Amino acid sequence: MIDIKELTWQGLWKNNPALVQLLGLCPLLAVTSTAINGLGLGLATLFVLMGSNITVSAVRHYVPNEIRIPIFVMVIAAFVTIIQLLMQAFTFELYLALGIFIPLIVTNCAIIGRAEAFAAKNDLLPSAYDGFIMGAGFALVLVVLGGVRELLGSGTLFSGAELLLGAWAVDLKITFFVPDNPFLLAILPPGAFIGMGLLIALKNILDPRLEAKFAPKPEKIVERARVTAES
Amino acid sequence: MQFSLSSSPHNRVRRDTASVMRAVCYACIPGIMAQLWFFGWGVLIQLILAIATAVVTEAGIMKLRKRAAKHVLSDYSAVLTALLLAVSIPPLAPWWLIVIGTFFSIAIVKQLYGGLGFNMFNPAMGGYVMLLISFPLAMTMWVPVQNMAIYPYDFADALSVIFTGFSVSGYDMTQLRLGVDGVTQATPLDAVRSSLLLGETYSEALQASIFNSDSGFAYGWSWVALAYLAGGLFLLWRKIISWHMPLSMLAGVIVTAAILNMLMPDATGGILFHLLSGAVLFGAFFIVTDPVSGSTTPKGRIIFGVLIGFWTVVIRTFGGYPDAVAFAVLLMNIAVPLIDYYTQPRTYGARS
Repeated sequence: MIDIKELTWQGLWKNNPALVQLLGLCPLLAVTSTAINGLGLGLATLFVLMGSNITVSAVRHYVPNEIRIPIFVMVIAAFVTIIQLLMQAFTFELYLALGIFIPLIVTNCAIIGRAEAFAAKNDLLPSAYDGFIMGAGFALVLVVLGGVRELLGSGTLFSGAELLLGAWAVDLKITFFVPDNPFLLAILPPGAFIGMGLLIALKNILDPRLEAKFAPKPEKIVERARVTAES
Repeated sequence: MQFSLSSSPHNRVRRDTASVMRAVCYACIPGIMAQLWFFGWGVLIQLILAIATAVVTEAGIMKLRKRAAKHVLSDYSAVLTALLLAVSIPPLAPWWLIVIGTFFSIAIVKQLYGGLGFNMFNPAMGGYVMLLISFPLAMTMWVPVQNMAIYPYDFADALSVIFTGFSVSGYDMTQLRLGVDGVTQATPLDAVRSSLLLGETYSEALQASIFNSDSGFAYGWSWVALAYLAGGLFLLWRKIISWHMPLSMLAGVIVTAAILNMLMPDATGGILFHLLSGAVLFGAFFIVTDPVSGSTTPKGRIIFGVLIGFWTVVIRTFGGYPDAVAFAVLLMNIAVPLIDYYTQPRTYGARS
């Protein structure tokens, strides 16, 4: 049985791989200089996460417990190689822009974490959905952080969308202002750290409000009614 | 007859945070006067902008944190941070520069860590480094010493340049930066650095018009540094700051500069040049003595100061930026917990 609502809530917010588990911070901080870079790496990670979750879940009964980690890593590495070759073939400029961080998806702890914590214990369909929604949560943070840094640093949003989506996407670029002195801090690595810290703080502020609204309510556990009155 | 007993200390100095902060502000006055005299009214406008931004930011954050703003504002620490930042940036820098810098100093470097007493890093230097790496061009736009400039500016010009980029008579920064010899003037450190990069030796670099003599004394610039030294001595005399950090920092600068200058006399300045240019004297008395972000043990303060002096000269000589006091201070701020841990004084009576 898939509890879609619970899985979605966990992946996108409650247990978000980037904001709460703080996994995969290296690519998260390194490539988010623009929203499109973030989206590219986010989609690649999402694909790998789904693929590895499905495969791990499918073979989980045949994998000896003692050597499961190397096998999971092999599976992940295979999917990363696929995505790397695909990106090299179809989005070559984005492939160049992301550089070393595509092969480094192998080392993203969020992926092996989900394989070990979820896929290795659950059926195929829930695992696939978990991979998808966790990947989506990761990609979402990448895009938001990239967008904020791009907006502060160069005053644009979605510049370079054509690298990912094809020539028509040139028009997606929104220019808010053209800074005479670009705010370099936002584009440089320290901006990523500060921006990430502020995003986590924002999440912690929003938490109590959203929790009340969206979190799946725990079922009421009916305790045995008291039959004898206190005397 | 009954005598009431109170525990020691009996002879206390009645001095609270606000009076210490105010005294440090007053001690800046000679330096600020020297800057006004040599670099014009821009300094004053930057000061006003910075202090206004700092007070508004601090009050805003206190409101967000649901604390009483009045109590926190009346300790003058935000004013002091703003003041230290404002005298560090170019006098005719555009208005948004000091506003962004002060906001960053107060909101991010100070209040996000929990406010006065909890900040790991020196707020003024945190803001300064942020500005330096974010807006390197605007942060190097220093005007020449005013009686050596082709186009000296007055108060109305300063207002106009800071808010619009052009003076009342229509000059822009490129023209305002021209010296009497028609060459754009840089800071002494910049001048030496760029001629070293051109392959000249240090003694050739000192032939630039900005220096009076071969010793590295730059007219105007070094006077400002000496004025801050006077303010610093006042603080020492009033026992607002202890001698440990300023003297050890200066010792660190002197020793490191002497060694480096002996090893490679063509590639780095002498002792006097390092002491009198840039922010060394200002930093030694007004920046490293910050009681919050510095080391707290006596031995630790000496280590802290010496290493700041060491890093200042090393980064100036080998690093990518002309001045390095801010970087050195931030680097050593990170090391403070470690220094404090290893230099805890022995409790009286305990065996070491």
